[in-house]
Amino acid sequence: MSDATTQQTDKGAGSMLLEMRGIKIEGQSEDTWFPIIKGMDLTLRRGEVLGLIGESGAGKSTMGLAAMGFARDGCRITAGTIKFDGVDLLAMPESERRKLRGVRIAYVAQSAAASFNPAHRLIDQCIETAMFYGVASAAEARQSTIDLFRRLHLPDPENIGERYPHQVSGGQLQRVMTAMAMACSPDLIVFDEPTTALDVTTQIEVLASIKEVVRELHKAAIYITHDLAVVAQMADRIMVLRYGEVVEEAPTRQMLSDPRQPYTKSLWAVRSLRKDEDTSGDTVLAIRNVDAAYGGGVRVLHDINIKVPRGRTVAVVGESGSGKSTLARVITGLLPPENGTVEFNGQALPPALAQRPKELLRKVQMIYQMPDPALNPKRRIGDMLGRSVSYHMGLSGKDRSRRVSELLEMIELDDSYRERLPMELSGGQKQRVCIARALAVEPDLVICDEVTSALDQIVAEEILKLLLRLQKDLGVTYLYITHDIATVKAIADEIVVMHQGKVVESGPKSQILSPPHPPYTELLLSSVPEMDPDWLDNVLAERARGGAGATAVDGS
Amino acid sequence: MSNQNEPMTAGPAEEITLAARRRRGAFSAAMHEVLKAPPTAKFGLIMIFAYLFVAVFAPLLAPYGEAEVVGRQYAPWSDEFVLGTDQIGRDMLSRLIFAARNSVSIAFLTTLIAFLLGSMLGLLSAVVGGWIDQGLGRLVDVLMAIPSLIFTLVLLTIFGTDLITLILVIALFDATRVYRLSRAVAVNVVVMDFVEAARLQGEKLPWIMAREVLPNILPPLAAEFGLRFTFVFLTIAALSFLGLGIQPPTADWGSMVRENATLINYGDITPLLPAAAIALLTVSVNFVVDWFLHKTSGLRDV
Amino acid sequence: MHPVFRTCLQRLALGIATLWVVSVIVFSMFELLPGNFAQAVLGQAATPEIVENFNKRAGLDRPFLERYGTWLTGAVQGDFGLTFGSLTSAGTQARTVASVIMPRLENTLFLAAAAAACSVPLALGLGLLAALYRNSIFDRVVNAATLTSISFPEFFVGYILMLFLAVQHPWFYATASVDSTTSFWEHLARIGLPVIGLTLVIVAHMMRMTRAAIINLLASPFIEMARLKGMPPSRVIWHHALPNAWAPIATVVALNLAYLVVGVVVVEVVFNYPGVGQLMVDAVQSRDIPVVQACAIIFATVYILLNLSADIIGIATNPRLLHPR
Repeated sequence: MSDATTQQTDKGAGSMLLEMRGIKIEGQSEDTWFPIIKGMDLTLRRGEVLGLIGESGAGKSTMGLAAMGFARDGCRITAGTIKFDGVDLLAMPESERRKLRGVRIAYVAQSAAASFNPAHRLIDQCIETAMFYGVASAAEARQSTIDLFRRLHLPDPENIGERYPHQVSGGQLQRVMTAMAMACSPDLIVFDEPTTALDVTTQIEVLASIKEVVRELHKAAIYITHDLAVVAQMADRIMVLRYGEVVEEAPTRQMLSDPRQPYTKSLWAVRSLRKDEDTSGDTVLAIRNVDAAYGGGVRVLHDINIKVPRGRTVAVVGESGSGKSTLARVITGLLPPENGTVEFNGQALPPALAQRPKELLRKVQMIYQMPDPALNPKRRIGDMLGRSVSYHMGLSGKDRSRRVSELLEMIELDDSYRERLPMELSGGQKQRVCIARALAVEPDLVICDEVTSALDQIVAEEILKLLLRLQKDLGVTYLYITHDIATVKAIADEIVVMHQGKVVESGPKSQILSPPHPPYTELLLSSVPEMDPDWLDNVLAERARGGAGATAVDGS
Repeated sequence: MSNQNEPMTAGPAEEITLAARRRRGAFSAAMHEVLKAPPTAKFGLIMIFAYLFVAVFAPLLAPYGEAEVVGRQYAPWSDEFVLGTDQIGRDMLSRLIFAARNSVSIAFLTTLIAFLLGSMLGLLSAVVGGWIDQGLGRLVDVLMAIPSLIFTLVLLTIFGTDLITLILVIALFDATRVYRLSRAVAVNVVVMDFVEAARLQGEKLPWIMAREVLPNILPPLAAEFGLRFTFVFLTIAALSFLGLGIQPPTADWGSMVRENATLINYGDITPLLPAAAIALLTVSVNFVVDWFLHKTSGLRDV
Repeated sequence: MHPVFRTCLQRLALGIATLWVVSVIVFSMFELLPGNFAQAVLGQAATPEIVENFNKRAGLDRPFLERYGTWLTGAVQGDFGLTFGSLTSAGTQARTVASVIMPRLENTLFLAAAAAACSVPLALGLGLLAALYRNSIFDRVVNAATLTSISFPEFFVGYILMLFLAVQHPWFYATASVDSTTSFWEHLARIGLPVIGLTLVIVAHMMRMTRAAIINLLASPFIEMARLKGMPPSRVIWHHALPNAWAPIATVVALNLAYLVVGVVVVEVVFNYPGVGQLMVDAVQSRDIPVVQACAIIFATVYILLNLSADIIGIATNPRLLHPR
């Protein structure tokens, strides 16, 4: 049974809507069944919002779907009762359960683009359930859906439903999916990571819309996410999951201020890492007046000028489409620039990779966001590191072996990892190996392309600490590309903010992070959720007053 | 859409499969898999080995010579000629056995040539990209725009039906399919970051092709080899049946069907035997490849 | 111009260009013939006068480009010149390739159409059922059966059918001999066995590919979303899956009908059916080059047309192109 520390909720507004007791769910992998949920209880009252938080693999999505009496292909519910409004879902035949879905319990998926049928109009998909189950007439259903579009602040609510999914942007589509879920006025809505795939400036609009509409219509909701700050905004009560069990459960404010369990505490502590900035040092990398474009002639970078001091960390911050990844490609020579030069140690680099000699190549290395595609699945760790060491540093035999051991020690893995294949390592360990591979050739500059974005928060913090330590020990310079402000605070000495291929501002960390800010920076910084339940309401009130950051981009 | 914020760790599912994959010797792992295989795959493997055995030991197994005239025409089944004789008086059983050696080895050789050519070019195209990729792609598009059997017939008209021509022509057309597949799977690997990381560490083209990409595309290539073999084998059989493939007196199942076809009209199943021999080998290879694809693609079904 | 229309035109242009390139290749391949045509066709014993006479009648004494030009302009109008076979014996009436091919082309198209009409609905239905009930006993049996079926050479299937359904039990005609006097219904009856043979092989291929395409489609997130909205399986299939299935299914059908083109050749020989396939095989053996060229172009045209149709259906049913931003 779970080790839960359940604290009484004094919210008590409505009657019990959902009671899940003793839920056990199994998943299938290569002909064997293994437990995903190991015996969990979950209760929800009418009008209450419960946040389900945990790392991936914790079972949040599975529980969310189970609340609807649904198990994905390859999963099965093996034990427990699910009482929805007094009726046991698991005791019913599937045909009866189906009648509840969409009508009384609805689901909002993570990826709106993939969840809409590309062949049908949005409005038709929204009213489908209502029409099928005769909940309303066609005209009524349409009208109430348009009302929902309006409540969710969608542009042109009267007509947006006539469009097809591919004609509408990501953030808008997410809101349309929310409208679709609310179309039959269900009692319970399950939100499964609805803003995870969105940019932070888009996310805030969607979060606000969802929160408003759930409150106004007194809906009960389960809000699933891995992002602590987001769940702080949206939920009345939070449940922390880990490996299919409940770790802790408490009302939001109480859990934020006073977490009990060590695991919960460690999650909460993550975002407090800070680096003291230091901007001294000669310039190791200078990007001068660089323009770059991709094959179709579409220009992606406009007149970029950046200087990176030796032994320090410059964070390049931006959202998708800002050009930050393209910048990395220009520096490494994978995409020669149209105009401008990249200077390394005062000397201009040959624009294309093929023109650079081996000796020069090793000076600039890159670490990638996703550790899985970054390591060859067929090569052992020891071989991989050994190759870098022998190919570039000319070591062989015992020297090479010793060096590999040194590298492993540097990344805090023991010698047994030599013989392992990447598939035997966890995400964090794989990322450490990627760091070792980059450092094996003793570079001057390491470009970190969102290296912690795909990792769970605790693991991410460890990697950041490792990177900082290595910088201190080896004097390596980092160009750290990210979209996450918390990471920037943790690791940067200087910051460069990019938006749509241009540098919006750059300078020392403290300068960039304190006001006054240019409009985009203001928008970006204010859109990052914080661990304060009132944050969202405050930002929105601020923007409504026309204050800073009012340039809410509703092309989102 | 790249998912910027989705975190990952080894969750419970991965932990268990990691444990299950604790390293065994490659051979015992393979044996373990074979024992778990469905009956169709086991049947296929047994039959393939049987055919290989017959092909290798043909001269020892056949009662008479390959082209020896030993009796009168169309003799019925008897103790002397277990499956009777053909239209000239040669022993059917012996010819069937020798044909195993001929048909299978010619098909294998052709497949090997097609495979090496197609996969090397496909791999090269995927890794290098650019003009080479475009050029080869256009060429392959044109070659594939004509049904290969038809084009083969055209080329056989020009160059005649000797064995070398046959092998080279069929290998050329088959190579286009292998090219398409190997390029497609290689491209999926080339876009992975580890290939780019290798480039950034200064690795040259031969290294990247042989050590980074190739080891990761072996399973689909192996499966494709099996499938190609079946197509080549059936194509050669069809051509021989039409009189345009392997020429007599070489024993070959396809031409044996043609030579004895008239017997069908008398209700005699003899001409079906070489055809059945072709079908049985093809079925066996297909069963094994199907099982292999099922295992390696990681998909639960399909 | 609407994107769908424009993309279709582009594909059509590409198809015509490909066909033209193929015609160049087919025509110029024969330039590679060691020695010259006449020697190859007439044999070693031909005297120089016979050879020269032949060359003149066949127009082989003119330069390459002129010959190609004549051939191409003629081909577009359906005139492929004279058959070599009819030119080899002096004094006989020279026959045009077209006159030899036309009746056979009609026969082959008739056979192909009959086979397609039988196989397409059957294959799509079986494929859909197998996808819906995947991993059931039905699916496994069908999988093994189709895998077996695609492994059989067409002549094997043909002769088995002939043996059991015509010779041992005379329910069908053993050979499909038809001529210009055969009525529609008798023609249909006579091609019974060839149609069954072709259908068996094509259904197997088509069914497997349909099954794979539908399974792939059913794994899409929007299908799961439909189920989460409470839609029953029938509606999920008909309303959600099928509208997105046209493109993959059209591709499957077109590819397999292209396969039909090749299967027809062997089947015609097995059942002695006077079609283009049998004609081509005879022409290859006698090295009647104009006939081989014409047959090759016809097959290539059909093949390219089928692939083009699959492409165009895919384009015309793509919502992103139908309703641009």
